[in-house]
Amino acid sequence: MTPGAAPRGGIWVATGVMTAALAIAPFVGVYPVFLMKALCFALFACAFNLLVGFGGLLSFGHAMFLGTAGYVCAHAAKIWGWPPELAILAGTLAATLLGVVAGALAIRRQGIYFAMITLALAQMMFFFYVQAPFTHGEDGIQAVPRGMLFGLLDLSETLIMYYVVLTIFVAAFLFICRIVNSPFGQVLQAIRENEPRAISLGYDAERYKLLAFVLSAALSGLAGSTKAIVFQLASLTDVHWTMSGEVVLMVLLGGMGTIFGPVVGAFAIIGLENYLSGFGQWVTVITGGIFVVCVLAFRRGIVGELGAWWAQRK
Amino acid sequence: MAADNILETRGLTKEFKGFVAVRDVSLVVRRGTIHALIGPNGAGKTTCFNLLTHFLTPTRGRIFFMGRDITGSRPAAIARLGLVRSFQISAVFPHLSVLENVRIALQRKRGHSYDFWRPAATLSVLDDRARELIDAVGLTDFTTKPAVELPYGRKRALEIATTLALDPEMMLLDEPTAGMAHDDVQRISELIKTVACNRTVLMVEHNLSVVSKLSDHITVLARGEILAQGDYAAVSKNPDVVQAYMGAGHG
Repeated sequence: MTPGAAPRGGIWVATGVMTAALAIAPFVGVYPVFLMKALCFALFACAFNLLVGFGGLLSFGHAMFLGTAGYVCAHAAKIWGWPPELAILAGTLAATLLGVVAGALAIRRQGIYFAMITLALAQMMFFFYVQAPFTHGEDGIQAVPRGMLFGLLDLSETLIMYYVVLTIFVAAFLFICRIVNSPFGQVLQAIRENEPRAISLGYDAERYKLLAFVLSAALSGLAGSTKAIVFQLASLTDVHWTMSGEVVLMVLLGGMGTIFGPVVGAFAIIGLENYLSGFGQWVTVITGGIFVVCVLAFRRGIVGELGAWWAQRK
Repeated sequence: MAADNILETRGLTKEFKGFVAVRDVSLVVRRGTIHALIGPNGAGKTTCFNLLTHFLTPTRGRIFFMGRDITGSRPAAIARLGLVRSFQISAVFPHLSVLENVRIALQRKRGHSYDFWRPAATLSVLDDRARELIDAVGLTDFTTKPAVELPYGRKRALEIATTLALDPEMMLLDEPTAGMAHDDVQRISELIKTVACNRTVLMVEHNLSVVSKLSDHITVLARGEILAQGDYAAVSKNPDVVQAYMGAGHG
Protein backbone atom coordinates (compact mmCIF):
# COMPACT_ATOMS: atom_id res chain seq x y z
CA MET A 1 0.00 0.00 0.00
CA THR A 2 1.57 3.26 -1.04
CA PRO A 3 0.52 6.77 -0.09
CA GLY A 4 -0.45 7.55 -3.63
CA ALA A 5 -2.40 4.32 -4.08
CA ALA A 6 -5.76 5.64 -2.92
CA PRO A 7 -7.28 8.23 -5.22
CA ARG A 8 -6.89 11.73 -3.79
CA GLY A 9 -10.58 12.50 -4.07
CA GLY A 10 -11.42 9.29 -2.21
CA ILE A 11 -9.39 10.40 0.76
CA TRP A 12 -11.26 13.70 0.96
CA VAL A 13 -14.63 11.99 0.81
CA ALA A 14 -13.63 9.41 3.42
CA THR A 15 -12.24 12.12 5.72
CA GLY A 16 -15.50 14.04 5.39
CA VAL A 17 -17.56 10.94 6.21
CA MET A 18 -15.32 10.12 9.17
CA THR A 19 -15.58 13.69 10.54
CA ALA A 20 -19.35 13.77 10.12
CA ALA A 21 -19.75 10.38 11.81
CA LEU A 22 -17.60 11.49 14.74
CA ALA A 23 -19.48 14.78 15.00
CA ILE A 24 -22.87 13.08 15.44
CA ALA A 25 -21.58 10.09 17.44
CA PRO A 26 -22.32 11.61 20.91
CA PHE A 27 -25.96 12.06 19.86
CA VAL A 28 -26.47 8.44 18.86
CA GLY A 29 -25.47 6.99 22.19
CA VAL A 30 -21.67 6.75 22.09
CA TYR A 31 -20.04 8.03 25.26
CA PRO A 32 -18.08 11.23 24.59
CA VAL A 33 -15.40 10.21 27.09
CA PHE A 34 -14.83 6.96 25.21
CA LEU A 35 -14.72 8.86 21.93
CA MET A 36 -12.20 11.35 23.32
CA LYS A 37 -9.96 8.56 24.56
CA ALA A 38 -10.18 6.80 21.19
CA LEU A 39 -9.45 10.06 19.33
CA CYS A 40 -6.36 10.79 21.44
CA PHE A 41 -5.06 7.29 20.71
CA ALA A 42 -6.05 7.56 17.05
CA LEU A 43 -3.94 10.72 16.79
CA PHE A 44 -1.08 8.99 18.57
CA ALA A 45 -1.36 6.01 16.19
CA CYS A 46 -1.49 8.29 13.12
CA ALA A 47 1.65 10.08 14.35
CA PHE A 48 3.37 6.74 14.88
CA ASN A 49 2.25 5.52 11.45
CA LEU A 50 3.80 8.61 9.86
CA LEU A 51 7.17 7.30 11.04
CA VAL A 52 6.76 3.54 10.61
CA GLY A 53 4.34 3.39 7.69
CA PHE A 54 5.65 6.21 5.56
CA GLY A 55 9.20 6.53 6.88
CA GLY A 56 9.89 2.82 7.34
CA LEU A 57 11.27 3.38 10.85
CA LEU A 58 9.93 1.18 13.65
CA SER A 59 10.29 3.09 16.91
CA PHE A 60 9.72 1.14 20.09
CA GLY A 61 9.79 4.12 22.38
CA HIS A 62 7.01 6.40 21.23
CA ALA A 63 5.44 6.40 24.70
CA MET A 64 8.16 8.85 25.74
CA PHE A 65 6.66 11.52 23.50
CA LEU A 66 3.08 10.83 24.56
CA GLY A 67 4.01 10.76 28.25
CA THR A 68 6.45 13.67 28.27
CA ALA A 69 3.92 15.92 26.59
CA GLY A 70 1.28 14.78 29.07
CA TYR A 71 3.47 15.64 32.07
CA VAL A 72 4.56 19.01 30.72
CA CYS A 73 1.01 19.94 29.72
CA ALA A 74 -0.46 18.83 33.05
CA HIS A 75 2.24 20.63 35.02
CA ALA A 76 1.78 23.83 33.00
CA ALA A 77 -1.99 23.78 33.42
CA LYS A 78 -2.05 22.82 37.11
CA ILE A 79 1.04 24.35 38.73
CA TRP A 80 1.72 27.30 36.45
CA GLY A 81 -1.95 27.91 35.83
CA TRP A 82 -1.56 28.22 32.08
CA PRO A 83 -4.66 28.21 29.88
CA PRO A 84 -5.28 24.88 28.05
CA GLU A 85 -4.15 26.11 24.62
CA LEU A 86 -0.74 27.16 25.99
CA ALA A 87 -0.42 24.04 28.13
CA ILE A 88 -1.09 21.83 25.08
CA LEU A 89 1.41 23.86 23.08
CA ALA A 90 4.02 23.50 25.83
CA GLY A 91 3.54 19.73 25.97
CA THR A 92 3.78 19.45 22.19
CA LEU A 93 6.96 21.55 22.11
CA ALA A 94 8.53 19.43 24.85
CA ALA A 95 7.83 16.27 22.82
CA THR A 96 9.23 17.97 19.71
CA LEU A 97 12.49 18.86 21.46
CA LEU A 98 12.77 15.37 22.88
CA GLY A 99 12.13 14.13 19.33
CA VAL A 100 15.08 16.14 18.02
CA VAL A 101 17.44 14.67 20.63
CA ALA A 102 16.13 11.09 20.49
CA GLY A 103 15.91 11.19 16.70
CA ALA A 104 19.45 12.51 16.26
CA LEU A 105 20.73 9.61 18.37
CA ALA A 106 18.56 6.83 16.94
CA ILE A 107 18.40 7.71 13.24
CA ARG A 108 22.01 6.65 12.62
CA ARG A 109 21.03 3.02 13.05
CA GLN A 110 18.54 0.91 11.14
CA GLY A 111 16.05 -1.86 11.77
CA ILE A 112 16.30 -3.65 15.10
CA TYR A 113 19.07 -1.33 16.33
CA PHE A 114 16.93 1.72 15.71
CA ALA A 115 14.08 0.09 17.64
CA MET A 116 16.41 -0.83 20.50
CA ILE A 117 17.86 2.68 20.82
CA THR A 118 14.39 4.23 20.92
CA LEU A 119 13.33 1.65 23.52
CA ALA A 120 16.41 2.36 25.64
CA LEU A 121 15.83 6.12 25.51
CA ALA A 122 12.17 5.66 26.42
CA GLN A 123 13.15 3.49 29.39
CA MET A 124 15.57 6.19 30.54
CA MET A 125 12.77 8.73 30.37
CA PHE A 126 10.48 6.34 32.27
CA PHE A 127 12.90 5.97 35.16
CA PHE A 128 13.47 9.69 35.17
CA TYR A 129 9.73 10.28 35.55
CA VAL A 130 9.50 7.63 38.29
CA GLN A 131 12.08 9.59 40.31
CA ALA A 132 11.32 13.20 39.38
CA PRO A 133 9.27 14.91 42.14
CA PHE A 134 7.05 16.95 39.82
CA THR A 135 5.43 13.82 38.33
CA HIS A 136 4.33 12.53 41.77
CA GLY A 137 5.52 9.04 40.86
CA GLU A 138 2.80 6.39 41.05
CA ASP A 139 0.07 8.97 41.75
CA GLY A 140 0.76 11.06 38.66
CA ILE A 141 -0.36 14.66 38.25
CA GLN A 142 -4.03 14.53 39.20
CA ALA A 143 -6.93 16.97 39.04
CA VAL A 144 -5.46 18.94 36.16
CA PRO A 145 -7.86 21.83 35.44
CA ARG A 146 -9.35 21.77 31.95
CA GLY A 147 -9.76 25.54 32.01
CA MET A 148 -11.20 27.92 29.45
CA LEU A 149 -9.92 27.50 25.89
CA PHE A 150 -8.89 30.94 24.56
CA GLY A 151 -10.77 32.31 27.59
CA LEU A 152 -14.01 31.52 25.77
CA LEU A 153 -14.84 27.83 25.78
CA ASP A 154 -15.43 26.11 29.08
CA LEU A 155 -13.76 22.72 28.65
CA SER A 156 -15.30 21.30 31.80
CA GLU A 157 -18.43 20.89 29.66
CA THR A 158 -17.96 17.40 28.24
CA LEU A 159 -19.47 18.13 24.83
CA ILE A 160 -17.39 21.30 24.36
CA MET A 161 -14.28 19.33 25.32
CA TYR A 162 -15.30 16.64 22.86
CA TYR A 163 -15.64 19.00 19.91
CA VAL A 164 -12.30 20.63 20.76
CA VAL A 165 -10.66 17.18 20.78
CA LEU A 166 -12.39 16.32 17.50
CA THR A 167 -11.14 19.58 15.95
CA ILE A 168 -7.58 18.93 17.09
CA PHE A 169 -7.76 15.38 15.76
CA VAL A 170 -9.16 16.29 12.34
CA ALA A 171 -6.68 19.16 11.93
CA ALA A 172 -3.75 16.88 12.83
CA PHE A 173 -5.12 14.13 10.59
CA LEU A 174 -5.32 16.49 7.61
CA PHE A 175 -1.83 17.75 8.43
CA ILE A 176 -0.51 14.17 8.29
CA CYS A 177 -2.29 13.60 4.94
CA ARG A 178 -0.56 16.70 3.67
CA ILE A 179 2.87 15.59 4.93
CA VAL A 180 2.44 12.22 3.19
CA ASN A 181 1.43 13.91 -0.06
CA SER A 182 4.03 16.67 -0.04
CA PRO A 183 7.37 17.04 -1.83
CA PHE A 184 8.91 15.90 1.47
CA GLY A 185 6.56 12.90 1.56
CA GLN A 186 7.71 11.88 -1.93
CA VAL A 187 11.36 11.91 -0.90
CA LEU A 188 10.53 10.03 2.30
CA GLN A 189 8.82 7.33 0.29
CA ALA A 190 11.76 7.14 -2.10
CA ILE A 191 14.13 6.70 0.84
CA ARG A 192 11.95 3.98 2.33
CA GLU A 193 11.86 2.14 -1.00
CA ASN A 194 15.53 2.40 -1.93
CA GLU A 195 17.73 4.32 0.43
CA PRO A 196 21.09 3.90 -1.41
CA ARG A 197 19.50 5.12 -4.62
CA ALA A 198 17.97 8.15 -2.89
CA ILE A 199 21.41 8.99 -1.49
CA SER A 200 22.97 8.56 -4.91
CA LEU A 201 20.49 11.14 -6.21
CA GLY A 202 21.86 13.60 -3.67
CA TYR A 203 19.39 13.28 -0.81
CA ASP A 204 20.80 13.23 2.72
CA ALA A 205 18.60 10.35 3.84
CA GLU A 206 19.31 10.84 7.54
CA ARG A 207 18.08 14.42 7.55
CA TYR A 208 14.80 13.44 5.92
CA LYS A 209 14.35 10.61 8.37
CA LEU A 210 15.12 12.93 11.27
CA LEU A 211 12.49 15.41 10.08
CA ALA A 212 9.95 12.57 9.85
CA PHE A 213 10.94 11.46 13.34
CA VAL A 214 10.54 14.95 14.80
CA LEU A 215 7.17 15.49 13.09
CA SER A 216 5.99 12.15 14.45
CA ALA A 217 7.22 13.03 17.95
CA ALA A 218 5.51 16.43 17.82
CA LEU A 219 2.16 14.94 16.77
CA SER A 220 2.48 12.22 19.43
CA GLY A 221 3.07 15.06 21.88
CA LEU A 222 -0.08 16.79 20.70
CA ALA A 223 -1.97 13.57 21.41
CA GLY A 224 -0.39 13.26 24.87
CA SER A 225 -1.11 16.88 25.81
CA THR A 226 -4.72 16.66 24.67
CA LYS A 227 -5.14 13.40 26.57
CA ALA A 228 -3.81 15.00 29.77
CA ILE A 229 -6.35 17.83 29.53
CA VAL A 230 -9.22 15.46 28.68
CA PHE A 231 -8.56 13.04 31.55
CA GLN A 232 -7.14 15.73 33.84
CA LEU A 233 -4.32 13.32 34.55
CA ALA A 234 -0.73 12.61 33.56
CA SER A 235 0.56 9.28 34.81
CA LEU A 236 3.31 6.72 34.38
CA THR A 237 1.01 4.58 32.21
CA ASP A 238 1.62 6.91 29.27
CA VAL A 239 5.43 6.63 29.46
CA HIS A 240 5.50 2.91 30.16
CA TRP A 241 6.94 0.65 27.44
CA THR A 242 3.63 -1.20 27.14
CA MET A 243 2.21 2.03 25.73
CA SER A 244 4.90 1.95 23.01
CA GLY A 245 3.80 -1.62 22.30
CA GLU A 246 0.12 -0.76 22.23
CA VAL A 247 0.57 1.87 19.52
CA VAL A 248 2.47 -0.67 17.39
CA LEU A 249 -0.49 -3.04 17.82
CA MET A 250 -3.02 -0.35 16.84
CA VAL A 251 -1.12 0.53 13.68
CA LEU A 252 -0.55 -3.11 12.71
CA LEU A 253 -4.18 -4.03 13.29
CA GLY A 254 -5.53 -1.04 11.38
CA GLY A 255 -3.03 -1.19 8.52
CA MET A 256 0.51 0.14 8.52
CA GLY A 257 1.24 2.71 5.83
CA THR A 258 -2.43 3.44 5.16
CA ILE A 259 -4.01 6.79 5.92
CA PHE A 260 -7.04 5.51 7.83
CA GLY A 261 -5.58 2.31 9.28
CA PRO A 262 -4.29 3.81 12.55
CA VAL A 263 -7.68 5.42 13.24
CA VAL A 264 -9.48 2.11 12.74
CA GLY A 265 -6.85 0.27 14.78
CA ALA A 266 -7.03 2.72 17.67
CA PHE A 267 -10.84 2.61 17.80
CA ALA A 268 -10.78 -1.19 17.64
CA ILE A 269 -8.28 -1.60 20.46
CA ILE A 270 -9.75 1.11 22.71
CA GLY A 271 -13.22 -0.26 21.98
CA LEU A 272 -12.14 -3.77 22.96
CA GLU A 273 -10.51 -2.55 26.16
CA ASN A 274 -13.61 -0.57 26.99
CA TYR A 275 -16.33 -3.06 26.26
CA LEU A 276 -14.40 -6.10 27.43
CA SER A 277 -13.30 -4.47 30.68
CA GLY A 278 -15.62 -6.87 32.51
CA PHE A 279 -13.16 -9.64 31.67
CA GLY A 280 -10.44 -7.97 33.74
CA GLN A 281 -6.94 -9.24 32.95
CA TRP A 282 -8.31 -11.32 30.08
CA VAL A 283 -8.43 -8.20 27.92
CA THR A 284 -4.65 -8.36 27.60
CA VAL A 285 -4.88 -12.00 26.51
CA ILE A 286 -7.60 -11.17 24.00
CA THR A 287 -5.64 -8.26 22.45
CA GLY A 288 -2.58 -10.53 22.39
CA GLY A 289 -4.63 -13.13 20.51
CA ILE A 290 -5.81 -10.50 18.05
CA PHE A 291 -2.23 -9.45 17.47
CA VAL A 292 -1.19 -13.03 16.63
CA VAL A 293 -4.17 -13.51 14.28
CA CYS A 294 -3.45 -10.17 12.65
CA VAL A 295 0.20 -10.98 11.95
CA LEU A 296 -0.58 -14.50 10.73
CA ALA A 297 -3.76 -13.99 8.73
CA PHE A 298 -4.01 -10.43 7.54
CA ARG A 299 -0.64 -8.79 7.67
CA ARG A 300 -1.76 -5.63 5.90
CA GLY A 301 -4.21 -4.83 8.69
CA ILE A 302 -7.91 -4.10 8.37
CA VAL A 303 -7.66 -1.09 6.06
CA GLY A 304 -4.72 -2.57 4.14
CA GLU A 305 -6.65 -5.79 3.40
CA LEU A 306 -9.78 -3.88 2.42
CA GLY A 307 -7.70 -1.70 0.10
CA ALA A 308 -6.07 -4.73 -1.51
CA TRP A 309 -9.43 -6.44 -1.92
CA TRP A 310 -10.86 -3.30 -3.52
CA ALA A 311 -7.90 -2.98 -5.89
CA GLN A 312 -8.28 -6.61 -6.98
CA ARG A 313 -11.98 -6.30 -7.57
CA LYS A 314 -11.47 -3.51 -10.06
CA MET B 1 45.79 18.25 -12.23
CA ALA B 2 44.99 19.15 -15.79
CA ALA B 3 41.68 20.92 -16.43
CA ASP B 4 40.48 18.25 -18.83
CA ASN B 5 40.79 15.51 -16.23
CA ILE B 6 37.41 15.41 -14.56
CA LEU B 7 38.18 12.62 -12.12
CA GLU B 8 41.47 11.54 -10.67
CA THR B 9 42.43 9.10 -7.95
CA ARG B 10 45.84 8.83 -6.33
CA GLY B 11 46.95 5.63 -4.66
CA LEU B 12 43.37 4.57 -3.91
CA THR B 13 43.41 1.55 -1.61
CA LYS B 14 40.70 -0.38 0.22
CA GLU B 15 41.59 -3.11 2.65
CA PHE B 16 38.99 -5.39 4.16
CA LYS B 17 39.85 -7.77 6.96
CA GLY B 18 42.46 -10.09 5.53
CA PHE B 19 42.54 -8.92 1.94
CA VAL B 20 43.06 -5.92 -0.25
CA ALA B 21 40.11 -5.29 -2.58
CA VAL B 22 41.62 -2.27 -4.32
CA ARG B 23 45.37 -1.64 -4.27
CA ASP B 24 47.05 1.62 -5.16
CA VAL B 25 44.74 2.53 -8.03
CA SER B 26 45.61 5.81 -9.71
CA LEU B 27 42.94 6.46 -12.29
CA VAL B 28 42.54 9.44 -14.58
CA VAL B 29 39.28 10.03 -16.41
CA ARG B 30 39.29 12.73 -19.07
CA ARG B 31 36.32 15.03 -19.41
CA GLY B 32 33.86 14.11 -22.14
CA THR B 33 35.01 10.52 -22.65
CA ILE B 34 33.42 7.16 -22.10
CA HIS B 35 35.82 5.31 -19.87
CA ALA B 36 35.35 1.60 -19.24
CA LEU B 37 36.53 -0.27 -16.19
CA ILE B 38 36.85 -3.95 -16.97
CA GLY B 39 38.35 -7.01 -15.38
CA PRO B 40 37.48 -10.49 -14.18
CA ASN B 41 35.09 -11.08 -11.29
CA GLY B 42 36.47 -9.92 -7.98
CA ALA B 43 38.87 -7.48 -9.62
CA GLY B 44 37.59 -4.63 -7.45
CA LYS B 45 35.51 -2.71 -10.02
CA THR B 46 32.40 -2.28 -7.93
CA THR B 47 34.52 -1.56 -4.86
CA CYS B 48 36.12 1.23 -6.90
CA PHE B 49 32.68 2.68 -7.63
CA ASN B 50 31.76 2.48 -3.97
CA LEU B 51 34.95 4.30 -3.04
CA LEU B 52 34.48 7.04 -5.66
CA THR B 53 30.99 7.81 -4.36
CA HIS B 54 31.97 7.24 -0.71
CA PHE B 55 29.57 4.37 -0.17
CA LEU B 56 32.81 2.89 1.18
CA THR B 57 35.60 4.84 2.86
CA PRO B 58 39.05 4.29 1.33
CA THR B 59 41.82 2.97 3.58
CA ARG B 60 44.35 5.16 1.77
CA GLY B 61 44.52 7.47 -1.22
CA ARG B 62 42.74 10.58 -2.43
CA ILE B 63 39.95 11.25 -4.92
CA PHE B 64 39.63 14.48 -6.90
CA PHE B 65 36.55 15.46 -8.85
CA MET B 66 36.71 18.61 -10.99
CA GLY B 67 39.79 19.73 -9.10
CA ARG B 68 38.20 19.30 -5.70
CA ASP B 69 39.24 16.75 -3.09
CA ILE B 70 36.10 14.71 -2.43
CA THR B 71 37.74 11.89 -0.45
CA GLY B 72 35.96 12.83 2.78
CA SER B 73 32.68 14.13 1.31
CA ARG B 74 29.41 12.42 2.16
CA PRO B 75 27.71 10.34 -0.59
CA ALA B 76 24.77 12.72 -1.04
CA ALA B 77 27.15 15.70 -1.24
CA ILE B 78 29.21 13.97 -3.94
CA ALA B 79 26.01 13.36 -5.91
CA ARG B 80 25.14 17.05 -5.61
CA LEU B 81 28.54 17.99 -7.03
CA GLY B 82 27.58 16.13 -10.20
CA LEU B 83 29.13 12.68 -9.81
CA VAL B 84 26.14 10.33 -9.91
CA ARG B 85 26.26 6.56 -9.82
CA SER B 86 24.01 3.73 -10.81
CA PHE B 87 23.92 0.33 -9.17
CA GLN B 88 24.55 -3.22 -10.32
CA ILE B 89 21.08 -4.29 -9.28
CA SER B 90 18.58 -2.01 -10.89
CA ALA B 91 18.02 1.03 -8.75
CA VAL B 92 14.48 2.28 -9.08
CA PHE B 93 11.82 3.19 -6.54
CA PRO B 94 9.55 0.18 -7.15
CA HIS B 95 6.19 1.54 -5.96
CA LEU B 96 6.52 4.97 -7.48
CA SER B 97 5.37 5.43 -11.05
CA VAL B 98 7.89 5.93 -13.84
CA LEU B 99 7.00 9.61 -13.86
CA GLU B 100 7.46 9.93 -10.09
CA ASN B 101 10.80 8.11 -10.27
CA VAL B 102 12.19 10.69 -12.65
CA ARG B 103 10.52 13.54 -10.78
CA ILE B 104 12.25 12.59 -7.52
CA ALA B 105 15.55 13.38 -9.20
CA LEU B 106 14.29 16.62 -10.77
CA GLN B 107 12.84 17.63 -7.42
CA ARG B 108 16.25 17.51 -5.76
CA LYS B 109 17.72 20.10 -8.13
CA ARG B 110 14.72 22.34 -7.72
CA GLY B 111 14.85 22.32 -3.91
CA HIS B 112 11.82 22.51 -1.60
CA SER B 113 12.31 18.86 -0.77
CA TYR B 114 11.94 19.40 2.96
CA ASP B 115 8.59 21.17 2.46
CA PHE B 116 6.16 18.94 4.28
CA TRP B 117 3.39 21.57 4.30
CA ARG B 118 3.14 22.00 0.51
CA PRO B 119 0.91 19.76 -1.62
CA ALA B 120 2.70 17.27 -3.86
CA ALA B 121 0.78 18.87 -6.72
CA THR B 122 3.39 21.67 -6.69
CA LEU B 123 5.71 19.07 -8.20
CA SER B 124 3.64 18.89 -11.37
CA VAL B 125 5.65 21.81 -12.80
CA LEU B 126 8.38 19.18 -13.24
CA ASP B 127 6.17 16.84 -15.24
CA ASP B 128 7.05 18.26 -18.66
CA ARG B 129 10.78 17.85 -18.13
CA ALA B 130 10.19 14.38 -16.67
CA ARG B 131 8.18 13.36 -19.74
CA GLU B 132 10.97 14.58 -22.04
CA LEU B 133 13.45 12.38 -20.23
CA ILE B 134 11.07 9.43 -20.27
CA ASP B 135 10.56 9.89 -24.03
CA ALA B 136 14.32 10.07 -24.52
CA VAL B 137 14.82 6.59 -23.06
CA GLY B 138 11.81 5.15 -24.89
CA LEU B 139 9.53 4.65 -21.90
CA THR B 140 6.66 6.86 -23.09
CA ASP B 141 4.14 4.01 -22.94
CA PHE B 142 5.05 3.21 -19.35
CA THR B 143 4.83 6.71 -17.86
CA THR B 144 2.10 6.00 -15.30
CA LYS B 145 3.10 2.40 -14.51
CA PRO B 146 4.72 1.57 -11.17
CA ALA B 147 8.41 0.89 -11.75
CA VAL B 148 8.11 -2.58 -10.25
CA GLU B 149 5.98 -3.68 -13.21
CA LEU B 150 8.59 -2.81 -15.84
CA PRO B 151 10.61 -5.54 -17.52
CA TYR B 152 14.26 -5.66 -16.47
CA GLY B 153 15.71 -3.82 -19.45
CA ARG B 154 13.16 -1.05 -19.09
CA LYS B 155 14.09 -0.63 -15.44
CA ARG B 156 17.67 0.04 -16.47
CA ALA B 157 16.42 2.60 -18.97
CA LEU B 158 14.37 4.24 -16.23
CA GLU B 159 17.42 4.30 -14.01
CA ILE B 160 19.36 6.13 -16.70
CA ALA B 161 16.52 8.62 -17.20
CA THR B 162 16.49 9.27 -13.45
CA THR B 163 20.25 9.78 -13.39
CA LEU B 164 20.04 12.07 -16.41
CA ALA B 165 17.41 14.16 -14.65
CA LEU B 166 20.16 15.35 -12.34
CA ASP B 167 22.09 16.55 -15.39
CA PRO B 168 25.28 15.17 -13.86
CA GLU B 169 28.76 16.16 -15.00
CA MET B 170 29.75 12.55 -14.77
CA MET B 171 27.84 9.27 -14.61
CA LEU B 172 29.12 6.07 -13.07
CA LEU B 173 27.30 3.12 -14.59
CA ASP B 174 27.73 -0.24 -12.89
CA GLU B 175 27.18 -2.98 -15.49
CA PRO B 176 24.45 -1.16 -17.42
CA THR B 177 23.76 -4.14 -19.71
CA ALA B 178 24.12 -7.00 -17.21
CA GLY B 179 21.47 -9.66 -17.52
CA MET B 180 19.87 -8.10 -20.58
CA ALA B 181 18.47 -9.65 -23.71
CA HIS B 182 20.21 -8.79 -26.96
CA ASP B 183 17.71 -6.13 -28.09
CA ASP B 184 17.90 -4.36 -24.76
CA VAL B 185 21.70 -4.35 -24.86
CA GLN B 186 21.49 -2.65 -28.22
CA ARG B 187 19.06 -0.05 -26.99
CA ILE B 188 20.99 0.74 -23.79
CA SER B 189 24.30 0.99 -25.67
CA GLU B 190 22.83 3.55 -28.00
CA LEU B 191 21.32 5.39 -25.08
CA ILE B 192 24.67 5.58 -23.31
CA LYS B 193 26.28 6.85 -26.47
CA THR B 194 23.64 9.58 -26.79
CA VAL B 195 23.80 10.74 -23.20
CA ALA B 196 27.58 10.75 -23.20
CA CYS B 197 27.81 13.37 -25.93
CA ASN B 198 28.20 16.22 -23.47
CA ARG B 199 29.23 14.51 -20.29
CA THR B 200 31.64 11.96 -18.93
CA VAL B 201 30.79 8.32 -18.35
CA LEU B 202 32.74 5.81 -16.33
CA MET B 203 31.29 2.34 -16.61
CA VAL B 204 31.94 -1.13 -15.36
CA GLU B 205 30.95 -3.54 -18.11
CA HIS B 206 31.40 -7.24 -18.76
CA ASN B 207 30.05 -7.27 -22.28
CA LEU B 208 33.22 -6.71 -24.30
CA SER B 209 31.40 -5.93 -27.53
CA VAL B 210 29.65 -3.07 -25.74
CA VAL B 211 32.99 -1.93 -24.35
CA SER B 212 34.67 -2.05 -27.74
CA LYS B 213 31.87 -0.09 -29.39
CA LEU B 214 31.39 2.58 -26.76
CA SER B 215 34.53 3.31 -24.86
CA ASP B 216 37.26 5.79 -25.69
CA HIS B 217 39.52 4.56 -22.96
CA ILE B 218 39.77 1.33 -20.99
CA THR B 219 41.30 0.52 -17.63
CA VAL B 220 41.74 -3.16 -16.82
CA LEU B 221 41.68 -4.16 -13.17
CA ALA B 222 42.80 -7.51 -11.83
CA ARG B 223 43.06 -8.46 -8.19
CA GLY B 224 42.48 -4.87 -7.19
CA GLU B 225 45.32 -3.44 -9.23
CA ILE B 226 45.52 -1.68 -12.57
CA LEU B 227 46.78 -4.20 -15.09
CA ALA B 228 46.63 -2.21 -18.29
CA GLN B 229 45.22 0.99 -19.76
CA GLY B 230 44.60 2.26 -23.28
CA ASP B 231 42.07 2.00 -26.07
CA TYR B 232 40.34 -1.26 -26.93
CA ALA B 233 42.79 -2.30 -29.63
CA ALA B 234 45.79 -1.86 -27.37
CA VAL B 235 44.25 -3.42 -24.29
CA SER B 236 42.85 -6.47 -26.06
CA LYS B 237 46.29 -7.32 -27.43
CA ASN B 238 48.00 -6.93 -24.07
CA PRO B 239 49.24 -10.41 -23.07
CA ASP B 240 48.71 -9.71 -19.34
CA VAL B 241 45.08 -8.90 -20.00
CA VAL B 242 44.54 -12.03 -22.06
CA GLN B 243 46.23 -14.05 -19.35
CA ALA B 244 44.09 -12.48 -16.58
CA TYR B 245 40.86 -13.19 -18.43
CA MET B 246 41.82 -16.70 -19.50
CA GLY B 247 43.27 -17.47 -16.08
CA ALA B 248 40.10 -16.46 -14.36
CA GLY B 249 38.06 -18.56 -16.74
CA HIS B 250 36.50 -15.75 -18.75
CA GLY B 251 36.57 -15.39 -22.49
